[in-house]
Amino acid sequence: MSIGDRVQQVWEPRLLHPAAWWLWALALVAAATRTTNPFVLTLIVGVAALVVAARRTESVWSRSFVAFVSFGLVLLAVRLVFTALFVGTVPGSTVIVTLPSIGLPDALAGIRIGGTVTAESLVFALYQGLQLLAVLAAVGAANALADPRRLLKTVPGALYEVGVALVVALTYAPRLVEDAVRVRKAQRLRGRPPRGLRGVARTAVPVLEGGLASSIDLAAAMDSRGFARHGEVPVRRRRVSGGLVLLGLTGAIGALFALLGGALLPLAGIPLLVVSVLLAVTGSLMAGRRSQRTRYRPDPWATPEWLTVASGAVAAVGVTLIAALDPTTMNPAGLIPLVTPTLPLAALVAVVVAAAPAVLTPVPPVALPAPTSRVTSAPEVYA
Amino acid sequence: MIRFDQVTITYPGSPAPALSDVDLTIDEGEMCLVVGATGSGKSTLLRAVNGLVPHFTGGTLSGTVAVDGRTTTKNKPRDLADVVGMVLQDPTSGFVADTVEDELAFGMEWLGLAPAVMRRRVEETLDLLGLTELRHRPLRTLSGGQRQRVAIGSALTVHPRVLVLDEPTSALDPQGSEDVLAALQRLVHDLGLTVLVAEHRLERVVQYADRIVELTDDGHVRSGSPQQMMATCPIAPPVVELGRLAGWTPVPLSVRDARRHAAGLRKRLHDSGARAAQPVRSPAGETVSEVRDVRLRYGPVTALRGVSLQVHTGDVMAVMGRNGAGKSSLLASLAGMARPQTGHIGVAGLDPRRADPDDLVRAVGLVPQQPGDLLYATSVADECTTADQDGGRRIGTTRAVLADLAPDIDPQRHPRDLSEGQRLLLALSIVLAASPTLLLLDEPTRGLDYGAKRRLVQVLRRLAHTGHAVMVATHDVELVAEACTRVAIVADGEVVADGDVADVLASSPAFAPQVAKILSPQPWLSVAQVAGAVELAG
Repeated sequence: MSIGDRVQQVWEPRLLHPAAWWLWALALVAAATRTTNPFVLTLIVGVAALVVAARRTESVWSRSFVAFVSFGLVLLAVRLVFTALFVGTVPGSTVIVTLPSIGLPDALAGIRIGGTVTAESLVFALYQGLQLLAVLAAVGAANALADPRRLLKTVPGALYEVGVALVVALTYAPRLVEDAVRVRKAQRLRGRPPRGLRGVARTAVPVLEGGLASSIDLAAAMDSRGFARHGEVPVRRRRVSGGLVLLGLTGAIGALFALLGGALLPLAGIPLLVVSVLLAVTGSLMAGRRSQRTRYRPDPWATPEWLTVASGAVAAVGVTLIAALDPTTMNPAGLIPLVTPTLPLAALVAVVVAAAPAVLTPVPPVALPAPTSRVTSAPEVYA
Repeated sequence: MIRFDQVTITYPGSPAPALSDVDLTIDEGEMCLVVGATGSGKSTLLRAVNGLVPHFTGGTLSGTVAVDGRTTTKNKPRDLADVVGMVLQDPTSGFVADTVEDELAFGMEWLGLAPAVMRRRVEETLDLLGLTELRHRPLRTLSGGQRQRVAIGSALTVHPRVLVLDEPTSALDPQGSEDVLAALQRLVHDLGLTVLVAEHRLERVVQYADRIVELTDDGHVRSGSPQQMMATCPIAPPVVELGRLAGWTPVPLSVRDARRHAAGLRKRLHDSGARAAQPVRSPAGETVSEVRDVRLRYGPVTALRGVSLQVHTGDVMAVMGRNGAGKSSLLASLAGMARPQTGHIGVAGLDPRRADPDDLVRAVGLVPQQPGDLLYATSVADECTTADQDGGRRIGTTRAVLADLAPDIDPQRHPRDLSEGQRLLLALSIVLAASPTLLLLDEPTRGLDYGAKRRLVQVLRRLAHTGHAVMVATHDVELVAEACTRVAIVADGEVVADGDVADVLASSPAFAPQVAKILSPQPWLSVAQVAGAVELAG
């Protein structure tokens, strides 16, 4: 096989392993949490958007990126408004405007209504909001690029059941939206329905009831199809393995959280993380023996997956290192007096590397168009 | 293969058992049809086979249910997954995976089959059910018939000994249901599978059954050969009713059987000179609604491409066509819920796209495919009161309509606890309370038993006589034969036929009702017509 053939084979249209996308996205999250530099954060959002635009599939999930980003923007706006009107955590001297204020009793110290609005506090809120936006964009990108259901297929045996429960919950949400649209339209057939809270209740009741009924159907269907079947395993062993996995996972999530949030020093956090992961792996290996589940056409893990994860890692490590070396440029939030944010070139380059999957991964296969069937689904919501 | 031994099932909080003292043995390789009115416990019986009842639903079961020698008391549904394949009523809500292939493989993964075996069985199943072209398609883009076949396929890949299906064809067009039934037939004949199927539309399945199990209202069962059961069973398809009327023995179960007997009846009808009594159209017949060259697109998909038709008072018009042909889109456009990009729509002088909602509900009313979408209150009485408030009507209007349509509904019940047919009538009452000139019904017979259907036919006819016009989108040819005066057939977003029921239906191989097939070339459509003529002839 010539090199050309090889390359062709590796990059022929297919879906990238979902875990690769999630690792890549987590790396972006890690990068975003290390900095409050507005340029770096904006670039992270941009990189996420670029990769999503280049490699998203036609599944329902692929629309979630926009939803996540919009949510981030709303949060940013809310944060700015709240900072201006109610909370002033950052002292500052650059007064922009002084609003009429209302005195609050001492018990509510720290909260104010109105009063002086400083540029420092607004900038602080802006940077923090941007950071959150970048995190959401990265998570949204992972959602859009890798169907959570496919990610689930790769989850180790012991966690699979929990995973299925989560995915069912995730599926429930978009279905609810679809149902809500349908019910809202149907309710118009009754005449002019009330608006406001009563109107909401009126949509919510049939939607939730319908959703509940269909979840129960789903559970019944899954049960009849052998979901969560086990071989003969002693109860005690099952409990031990389950406990280990749970403990390990909780530890790992806690450690990760602490590390990303900077609450724990890497020196303490990393060993905790390692131990937790070991616990979880041991538990799932023990449990894996009881599950007889096999996999149908598992997703391959090949060069493009490695490249994707590596590009994310470059961004995460790069930004972390540069943030440690040059805190003023990388973390301008909360600095007093205000400084003009500068362009940290090295960090920007590191983040740009994370855009590599937009070209270095195989394109997703094109699903065949489904004209007739689309028509069937459209009128259901009377779109 | 399946054995019910003195089985009584009682749900908590219900006064009477859902099934009582059921003794039933179903042999290997039998195709067994379960019939009964809605609420008679068909689903309970089916779900008891693999232990979903009571493991999953709660309730108490006394006696034993055993499949292939394994009892449901000792085995949970998931432990029986390798012997019982279960296809529940709504395939869509049971889908776990995203694409056809993954869905087919799900059950096998949990049984721990080797990857090579799984791969082979997926390919075999795709061929068996004609799903090959759909293998990579996301499930949500499939049509109803395709979904049903995928659901059957995903139960089959584990090679169960028993397949249980709850109303597999109720949402399908005639062609789709034929595909599904043909596939089932093949499984029974070629693989020796034992099939247990519940269905309301007996005309579609009764001829394939080896045995019929009838559930009576008090939860008992009777079972026997189809001929034997159909001679007396109160629930029967038109072919059987015609056979009973004409006194043919044994009672024919298929159009083919009936045609062999029918020569005599045809001659008698011909000699008597009786004509098929057409549902009478009210004489006024003024135009209620006009649709001219309407085009509707959802994004890249064209749902309606240049539809034109007129509806007059006194019309009960059926809109038929495959799943996805544009029936619902047409109804939605008339009700102002979809906004066609071009063309003219007029309903009682209003354009539904622009009309004020208050005026529109008096011009046109739509009962949607899921009547439950209209309902939200906690009791029937409450539902009626709020409906009046919404419509700005005198309180009690809806109650009066409901009392007229369905006098036996207990006003204190929760709408969710009503039977499918009662819920439809409740939604219909809410829509009718505004007294719309044009009434639209989208697939009203889904899940209705013959009794409820008969009731609906009476209601529709009466509406037509009192100056309304009715349009019904449906797959149910027997309903059309009995209730409708006109049929429009929609295909690929266009009206391809529009005319009298007798003209349009009788000549179509897919849409002809059973009576028409039996008595062709004479233009009879329903048993009621034949009965009337026979009576006249003496």
